[in-house]
Amino acid sequence: MLRILCCVKRVPAPGARINVTADGLAVDAAHLGFTTSPHEECGVEEAVQIAERCGGEVTVLTLGPPEAAEQLRYAASVGAHRGVLVPADGGARDPQRTAAILAEAIRRLESADGAGPFDLIVFGNESADSGGFQVGVRTAYGLGRPIVNGVKGIEIDGPAVRVRREIDGGFEVYEMEMPAAVGVKEGINLPRYPTMKGRLASKRLEIEILDLDAPLGGQTMVRLRRPAETVSETAILGHGPEAAPAVADVLESLGVL
Amino acid sequence: MISPVLAVLEHDRGAMAEAAREALTFGRGLAESLGAGLEALLIGSDDADLVAEAGAYGAAAVHTVTHPVLSDFGPEAWGEAIARAAGMLKPAAVLAGGSERGNEVMAQAAARLDLPFVSNCTAIDPSGADGSGVDSGSGEWSITRIQWGGSLLEDVRLAAALPLVTCGLHAVASEPLPEPVSPAAAGLEIDLDPALARTVVKDRVVLEAGVTLPTAPVVVGGGRGVGSAEGFGPLEELAGLLGGRVGCSRAVTNNGWRPHSDQVGQTGTRIAPEIYIASGISGAIQHWVGAMGSKHILAINTDPEANMVVKADWAVIGDLHEVIPAISAEIRRRHP
Amino acid sequence: MPEFPSEARCVVIGAGIVGNCLVGHLAKLGWTDLVLLDKGPLPNPGGSTGHASNFIFPVDHNKEMCLLGEQSANQYRDLGLSVDSGGIEVARTPERMDELQRRMTSAVAWGVEARLLTPAEVAELVPFVNPEVILGGFYCPTVSVVDSLETGTRMRTLAVEAGCRVFANTEVLDITTRPGPVEGSRAVEAVVTDKGAISTEHVVIACGVWSNRVANMAGARIPLAPAVHQMADVGPIDILAATGNEIGYPIVRDMDTFCYERQSAGSMEVGSYAHRPILHHPDDIPSNAEAALSPTEMPFTPDDFDPQMEQAIELIELLGDAEIKYAINGLLSLTPDAMPCLGETPEVRNLWSAAAVWVKEGPGMAQVVAEWMTHGYPRVIDAHGADIARFYPPEQTDEHIWARAAEHFNKTYGIVHPAEQWEGRRFLDAGPYLSRQRELGAEFFQARTWERPQWFESNADLVDRYGVEGREVEWDARWWSPITVAEHLNLRENCGLVDLSAFQIFELSGPGAVAYADYLAVNRIDVPVGRAVYTPWLTPDGGFRSDLTMMRMAADRVRIVTGVFDGGRDEYWARRHLPHDGSVSFANVTGEITTLGVWGPNAPAVVGALTDADLSQAGSPYGWLVDVELDCGGGRTVAAALFRISYVGDAGWEIYAAWDDGPAVWDALMAAGADWGLRPTGGGVYGTSGRLEKGYRLMGAELESEYNPLEAGLARPRVKEADFIGKQAYLRARSAAGGPEVAMCTLAVTDHADRRGRKRYMQGGNEPILTLDGNRITDSHGRVSRVTSAGPGPSVGRYLLMAYLPVELAAPGTELQVMYMNELFPVEVAGTGAVFDPDDARLKG
Repeated sequence: MLRILCCVKRVPAPGARINVTADGLAVDAAHLGFTTSPHEECGVEEAVQIAERCGGEVTVLTLGPPEAAEQLRYAASVGAHRGVLVPADGGARDPQRTAAILAEAIRRLESADGAGPFDLIVFGNESADSGGFQVGVRTAYGLGRPIVNGVKGIEIDGPAVRVRREIDGGFEVYEMEMPAAVGVKEGINLPRYPTMKGRLASKRLEIEILDLDAPLGGQTMVRLRRPAETVSETAILGHGPEAAPAVADVLESLGVL
Repeated sequence: MISPVLAVLEHDRGAMAEAAREALTFGRGLAESLGAGLEALLIGSDDADLVAEAGAYGAAAVHTVTHPVLSDFGPEAWGEAIARAAGMLKPAAVLAGGSERGNEVMAQAAARLDLPFVSNCTAIDPSGADGSGVDSGSGEWSITRIQWGGSLLEDVRLAAALPLVTCGLHAVASEPLPEPVSPAAAGLEIDLDPALARTVVKDRVVLEAGVTLPTAPVVVGGGRGVGSAEGFGPLEELAGLLGGRVGCSRAVTNNGWRPHSDQVGQTGTRIAPEIYIASGISGAIQHWVGAMGSKHILAINTDPEANMVVKADWAVIGDLHEVIPAISAEIRRRHP
Repeated sequence: MPEFPSEARCVVIGAGIVGNCLVGHLAKLGWTDLVLLDKGPLPNPGGSTGHASNFIFPVDHNKEMCLLGEQSANQYRDLGLSVDSGGIEVARTPERMDELQRRMTSAVAWGVEARLLTPAEVAELVPFVNPEVILGGFYCPTVSVVDSLETGTRMRTLAVEAGCRVFANTEVLDITTRPGPVEGSRAVEAVVTDKGAISTEHVVIACGVWSNRVANMAGARIPLAPAVHQMADVGPIDILAATGNEIGYPIVRDMDTFCYERQSAGSMEVGSYAHRPILHHPDDIPSNAEAALSPTEMPFTPDDFDPQMEQAIELIELLGDAEIKYAINGLLSLTPDAMPCLGETPEVRNLWSAAAVWVKEGPGMAQVVAEWMTHGYPRVIDAHGADIARFYPPEQTDEHIWARAAEHFNKTYGIVHPAEQWEGRRFLDAGPYLSRQRELGAEFFQARTWERPQWFESNADLVDRYGVEGREVEWDARWWSPITVAEHLNLRENCGLVDLSAFQIFELSGPGAVAYADYLAVNRIDVPVGRAVYTPWLTPDGGFRSDLTMMRMAADRVRIVTGVFDGGRDEYWARRHLPHDGSVSFANVTGEITTLGVWGPNAPAVVGALTDADLSQAGSPYGWLVDVELDCGGGRTVAAALFRISYVGDAGWEIYAAWDDGPAVWDALMAAGADWGLRPTGGGVYGTSGRLEKGYRLMGAELESEYNPLEAGLARPRVKEADFIGKQAYLRARSAAGGPEVAMCTLAVTDHADRRGRKRYMQGGNEPILTLDGNRITDSHGRVSRVTSAGPGPSVGRYLLMAYLPVELAAPGTELQVMYMNELFPVEVAGTGAVFDPDDARLKG
């Protein structure tokens, strides 16, 4: 029976424009819904699929505000079995601190009831918002587990996990012995939507709370801002099919025709 | 005497990655603002051509590290090599290009050194908070990095004994020196644990030759407006005529009309074609992140105020189902 | 793209289903100089139309909603953009089964094909429904699913072909107004957008959830609030996908859980009106760019939907394994009374509202507004329930809108009794007798913002005195008391005191006042000072617009007294037609004057105890106002006007006094009346039994714009010389060969017993009158015979119904049937006039 742990992060889900609060310290989420960061959503789906194939249990862990329980329940509604929340105090977050907290949380979960290490820990390659690209690596290192990022395919082969990473025109294959960790990318699968029954079942999930903290690292956010908008005129080549000749002219001038 | 900036060179099977050239270019700027020199770290190779190319882009010296465990790429092995090299060379900063591999190996190095790592920077100001510069070891660096794939910028302060950073891809365009220099190459002896081989590449599979989405000179993209998987037929046709590839938005892959590998976006593929023809795509920020590397953009949309149209160089206002076949027909007319 | 105009005849703001259909209808009516704006893109600007469920259940108890729904359904059909999927309302409870009987009755009334189904029959039509969870269903085969987006596009295209210019992605920043032709009035001047300003004569606000915000720019109010209605798309579902159609199965409305389930190709759309009311301020709605989906498709809050998900799975088990692919908190507009807001705003001339309209009535209501703008009043239907002028100021506050919207949101699929009272936002307006009335155990009913006693518990002893029967079936006894019958009998035997403070009272003054009054009214107002005239006001097409009393108070002053339900609309109409030369001023004096009604055989004695004035027919003639001094005891005399008139058809007066004098007059009358059997008497008598016995028509019930005074039996022998609104149409109707086709009749129920032997009492909710063969009765205009008012006639010992009947069926004694709760009851025509005191002996001596 495989034991898989997924780390997820609650992020806003913006449209075509993203606004920053007046004090510049956060994304203005007033009109926005929240979701699990996309790579991680695929990570949860992958974990659930592996558990279905090989027999296993999926635990989902998040460091976040109380509302992040929503993301844990969502994971449960698509098949995760346990949800663990480490409450974030809303203060500064940096990748070192986050990784240290996650590593300690995982240690606690692994030592509880003599359960032992998770066979596989699944991270998202990077989070949609801060995009630090390092929490998974740091956490895995802190636990002494091997980790490969950019994973687009996972195969369990006995005690080993074989992963593939896409490169231009093909893919690389890596093989690690479990317990191991991966950083997955969206596209590894197409996540299922929760069924109505799944959603209702997820309400019964008892979220486990772990109170943990770690010292701040060396990277401190000063503020967020929108990049300067380069205002450019869009040249309208025409309306409807009658614009085709003008388009062909442009393509010719670029040398792609 | 200020130590040099050390740029980690990404390379694969004998070819220098564009990310490495960008890192060197960016590194020259950082080195100048520190009043320091620029050197490079070449891991798993001592290829003279790579050394020369590093020089062409500004490295005064190239430190090469070879070891059995570095026979191929492996994130842990490379990360350990960087960490150990940093300990031996004591540079002013370690920098890599913010590619997938670049971020991964720098994260590994940072974990091993227990130091902060600031990824995907667009600008670095190393004058410390007290203006004394970093050589005193007490100053903080002011760094701007990207969030949301580039849709937002984050200003951070970095306090670290050794700054570890990656520069965001395309934050600068790679630029060789007007006059290439011949760098001094020196081997760096590092004793690496064989166990690091556990995450080295085991195998490679080549799937397709020819044009791939990230390298395609032309991308014809379709969004929700295409309406179905079959609806992409005309887009395939146009892409074929132009020697390009078809891309799509998130809505398309979520609907299962096209595979994720065709998705242009922050969590999909970032394209950099000569022209991106975006049809029926409104332009959510995560899609824009994948498309913004395009040199030119032509948008086809019924909505003249759609984000994609506003950001495009040219636009055709109309229904893509009518416009795209018309463009293909016009191309065939000119080149029968 | 046409150049942005600097002027136009009419600017329509909002290109959802309403705005698009409106420009199409205006084009059909000859308007060419039109501009249509929307701040979002086309074809889907991101308003409520964009995510609408797009189905039409045609049966509604309310006439406007039902007939406009049918109208709209037919417009969609004519465009080929509609599919008759059929629809079934299922019942899980016995109360709902009763309501389905009521639905059947309305279906018959409005001529919509429908039938009741057993659970097994429901399962035959919709095999995925679990028949064990339901008690039955109400099936309507003409429930339709429409393409509202394409419909809007076609109607807009029609308008463009006629000359309408359309500008999407254009935001309205302001609507400027200028002083109007009458002092204090304002009129539309220009629409200011982010592309420039357009001077214009007319502006129509069809902005859905943003309508009030846009109206506020012009200084007007459209009372609505954006509110959430949750919907989720779940699938794939094989049995649905197998139909190969967008919609192959009837739509299910799970009425008792306030949900619906409709097929959407291979998925099921589940919608809910069961969750807590979630209202938003328009400023909190994101822009098109900021919204992840669209401004009116807000992030889903799953916790609010979970109970309905469970209930939906109960009914349709296969939903349990379906994936939730798409779910939103969708925004729609809610008004305080759940009716739309149509028509010219009272605040600004030529500023029109076409808001709070669902897709299912979109084309029809757009037509209503287009006709209103073209003809001065709609022709397709009398839209008085949707008229934006109906609101009183307290109803236009955010506080009121939100409170009422929250209260009625969960009644969207509710079982709402015709007399049902609101719980919150009560006692906004009332007469100066509240504490007295409370002490007398008044049961208050609210009419718009006004509280009026419906009956008094202190009269409970009269129930035994008169041996009044209760009502066996709870529904008939709801919001009713046998005390109302007892109060009626006491009034006819002794005397009753009625608080009429809710009268809306206006005054026209100035040298042109009387001439203007004559212009508004059918009957002659240029009468001697002191004379009062009961008169209709007509629409330009000669149908009823208002029905009220006008009193010549002085040479240059006319008082208008109208009922509380029509005060807003009548004030608007009276102001709207004021002459531009300043010769007439309008004032609303409602808060200055209180009115008490005293009627019954002992009324002269009671009132006579307070005054020495001559109260005989000579001194106080019928239909005249007489100024008197009332001795209210303790040395206090009150100046009052006595108006011998009676909506309950008995001897007595309406007494008009200054508001602050009211309590003194009340106390004096009650004291004087103690020896004469005077009892405080409520609306159960005044508005129902009293006037029904006299056959007095009620505006909004018997009197609507679809009917003219001849048909209503209110035409006088001659037509006055002076011109008035609707005169030409009225004259044409009078000279039509053969006379009116229908007549307003009073009928009496001859047998109340239902199938189970229980006595039933019709509510006056449009119950259809049928022939003895069970057929609907319609006239050549398609108007159906239905009960417009119903109630007891205690003094004649019969239960009375009012309905228009074809003249050939109007002879007294004609036997017919009325359908109530899907059962037939025999009725008989009593006549076209009063059944009690037909010679008006009590009134006129």
